[in-house]
Amino acid sequence: MRRIRFWGTRGSLPVALTAHDVRRKVASALRDASGRTFASDGEIDEYVDGLAFDVAGTYGGHTSCVEIETGGADYVVCDLGSGLRPFGQAAIARHGLASPQAYHLFLSHLHWDHIMGLPFFTPAYIPGNRVIFYGAHAGLESALRRQMEPPSFPVPFSTFGASISFVHLEPGRPHDVAGMRVTLKRQNHAGDSYGYRFEKNGRTVIYSTDSEHKLADSDESAGFADFFHDADVVIFDAMYSLAEATSVKADWGHSSNIVGVELCQLARAKHLCMFHHEPALDDAAISRVLAETRRFEEITRTGTPLEVSTAYDGLEIRL
Amino acid sequence: MQLASRQYGNIVVVATSGRIDHTAAAPFEQALTPFLGDAAAAGLVLDFAGVEYISSVGLRVLMIAAKQMRGRKARIAVSALQPIVAEIFKISRFDAVVEVFPSIRVALGALSPEARDAFDAG
Repeated sequence: MRRIRFWGTRGSLPVALTAHDVRRKVASALRDASGRTFASDGEIDEYVDGLAFDVAGTYGGHTSCVEIETGGADYVVCDLGSGLRPFGQAAIARHGLASPQAYHLFLSHLHWDHIMGLPFFTPAYIPGNRVIFYGAHAGLESALRRQMEPPSFPVPFSTFGASISFVHLEPGRPHDVAGMRVTLKRQNHAGDSYGYRFEKNGRTVIYSTDSEHKLADSDESAGFADFFHDADVVIFDAMYSLAEATSVKADWGHSSNIVGVELCQLARAKHLCMFHHEPALDDAAISRVLAETRRFEEITRTGTPLEVSTAYDGLEIRL
Repeated sequence: MQLASRQYGNIVVVATSGRIDHTAAAPFEQALTPFLGDAAAAGLVLDFAGVEYISSVGLRVLMIAAKQMRGRKARIAVSALQPIVAEIFKISRFDAVVEVFPSIRVALGALSPEARDAFDAG
């Protein structure tokens, strides 16, 4: 495995920057410039590169969609959130319409924010392409078809011109898919969700979103520490603060940055990447959570440091 | 685990220490439970001066305690947090779950002036 590329990182619902948000960012950048002059575009780029990410960039608003570049010819994608649309457009831009590709699409679960991108996934409409859906839910195919039925959507699933197939993956034992060893683990979420452990050539990526961890259950924590063990990257549902996840939002099926750090430390994972951001958080708030989480890792560290990052639409992590 | 306690007016102060992690959380919960149902107390102050670390499992115990205290319209507070523990409260947002005060005396004053007077009287 070579790289992880994030196309959608937001939880529950897509969000977009408003005119007010952009204005605030521009004003902040101008304030920071404080009378500076720029002799060239290079100097402007250098200045922008030095700004905080939440001023010069944005974490983005597409719902869950993560590409894993395996080093093979086929595409591997986790979840079909609204980020699937730009992923599909990028694949077409890369290969053109006349070059058939294979797309292996793994689903954590069937909630709307994780499947809403499929009707807009252009490669599925192109004859010659192969699209293979993988998951552990019995209702996988019917859920994908249902969202493309009237009155929800005007174009039926049957319009897809690509070769479509569905593969049921049983949790708890490894499967060989697209040159990888893939293992699923059932997670605590309404209707169940499944975490994925992808392994290839000594590299391991965990995709664990929409997963609530019950702190009182030490067997559950040990099970996840085992599932995450020695992973190079753990993509982790850190939607809420620990206080929210254990009080007003208990049983909503999501987790926190604190539990992410603790489980990764227990698992001796190398990199925690926080994911499935709460739609109510703006860029500054997500940056604040990232800084705090890095500090929490630092003050609780007992062995090798755990790298902590937070996902944004467009982020690439090299493995 | 045994927790040392003292009563000041209508407030109970309970002291704990060490690391409240996955090993200590269950005994801590068990030891704390009798104080949560004490109808004579209008509030509970946890003296955290000796607490070096608290994990998510330990914080969960405080969440349960806070819910139980609020259920009988009583208050719960922590006092004298060591700097690292204070940071953990802030990062986890638990400073919004239980009231945090720099010392037992300040906590007592906020919860009950009568209790603070009792504390001052020794």
